[in-house]
Amino acid sequence: MKSPRVAVIDYGVGNLLSVQRGLESCGADVIISNKPDEILKSDHVVLPGVGAFGNAMQALEMLDLPSLVDEVVKQGKPFLGICLGMQLLLDESEEFGIHQGLGLIAGKVQAIPTHAISGETLKIPHIGWNSLVEANNATWENTCLHNNKSGDAMYFVHSFMANPYHQEHRLADCLYGSHRIAAVIKKDNIMGCQFHPEKSGILGLKILQEFLR
Amino acid sequence: MRNLRLIARLDIKSPNLIKGVHLEGLRVIGSPSEHALRYYHQGADELIYMDCVASLYGRNHLANLVSETAKNIFIPITVGGGIRSIDDATQILRSGADKVAINTAAVANPKLITEIARQFGSQCMVLSIEAKQISQDHWEVYTDNGRERTGLNVVEWVKRGVALGAGEILLTSVDKEGTRKGFDIALIQAVTNEVSVPVIASGGMGKPEDILPAVNIGQADAIAMADILHYQRATIADIRELAQATGMGVRSYEIA
Repeated sequence: MKSPRVAVIDYGVGNLLSVQRGLESCGADVIISNKPDEILKSDHVVLPGVGAFGNAMQALEMLDLPSLVDEVVKQGKPFLGICLGMQLLLDESEEFGIHQGLGLIAGKVQAIPTHAISGETLKIPHIGWNSLVEANNATWENTCLHNNKSGDAMYFVHSFMANPYHQEHRLADCLYGSHRIAAVIKKDNIMGCQFHPEKSGILGLKILQEFLR
Repeated sequence: MRNLRLIARLDIKSPNLIKGVHLEGLRVIGSPSEHALRYYHQGADELIYMDCVASLYGRNHLANLVSETAKNIFIPITVGGGIRSIDDATQILRSGADKVAINTAAVANPKLITEIARQFGSQCMVLSIEAKQISQDHWEVYTDNGRERTGLNVVEWVKRGVALGAGEILLTSVDKEGTRKGFDIALIQAVTNEVSVPVIASGGMGKPEDILPAVNIGQADAIAMADILHYQRATIADIRELAQATGMGVRSYEIA
């Protein structure tokens, strides 16, 4: 079988090597690029991201990438945002002021609550391994979580969280201080992981494998 | 409560994985990559790579080894030893590391802690501390792999490091390191009492049960293990099982 060609969008942020290695270990042929023709030629596209929302959007705009992302999505190619890359899929973020996002999934990025529902102070950022649970009314069948189970732990590092407006766009959540935080979101060919599948061991790689199908 | 993290610590004297006692008398264990891969498959939550002679010789660090390791290991990797500047940190992070651990250079230039935290986020900046007890409830910070005294009080230095931007503390007891006599519980407790960032307890793990006081009394957020794994006295799976059996939160992990 021919290896799927994956473009990881390079806009100057994040540890792209780990994303590349993770995808390669799942059999992908990976290019790291910000060139429209290379990205449009690939079969799958990944938007990584670490850092602040506003800076990342600015970097994407400098490279004229938001319109390219729109085009990739319209072509129906599987598109995956990781960590900040997932948050960028939403309409806007409240991180250091209000910033417009890519607007591909309706919703808003907000700070993780500072307190648990029980009242105790939560450590922010939310760092470490946390378990996925099914979002209300979600089914994982025939999604990128097809081979994962409720309870599978993934590696999270974030201070802000994505809040899609429509429940049907939430596939998996994690619980932090009893708050439900969106962990995997999906709309048509667009999906996002708040955690790092490329740093979440074998169970994280299963998600990348399904994404490449 | 957060999950307790079980971390495999690999001390490197290039090109070998080594292990000492009190950070001295280093013995060669074998290939770092092979051991790292074994611990990954056993279900380690993270790895720590520590170049234990880098700061002595001002030598370059572990970038190549990290990049080799990152090819087939998909969990967070912390790298320490010989990182002196933003450029050094950048190089290590581009090689596939997720966090850098800094001891000697942070003591020499505390501003480096802030610079790294600003540039990469505080979650990336691990303050590594080598502590030796000098009297009851008083520990001193050592550098250069437990060789040089600094005159700094561990608890005071930790508080300062966190204020400067350190997002995590790797706390190694030089007294216990390599002895298999258990962790320095009073040290761990003295540090976790003072800061809210995660504290990784390191040094002294002889048997799986040693994690119990480190977590229950010391309040450690993570345990670094070396000797016990290298000499195969226990696997990470054994330790995870014990943690689960005693009601600690740990990542659920089934060996494939």
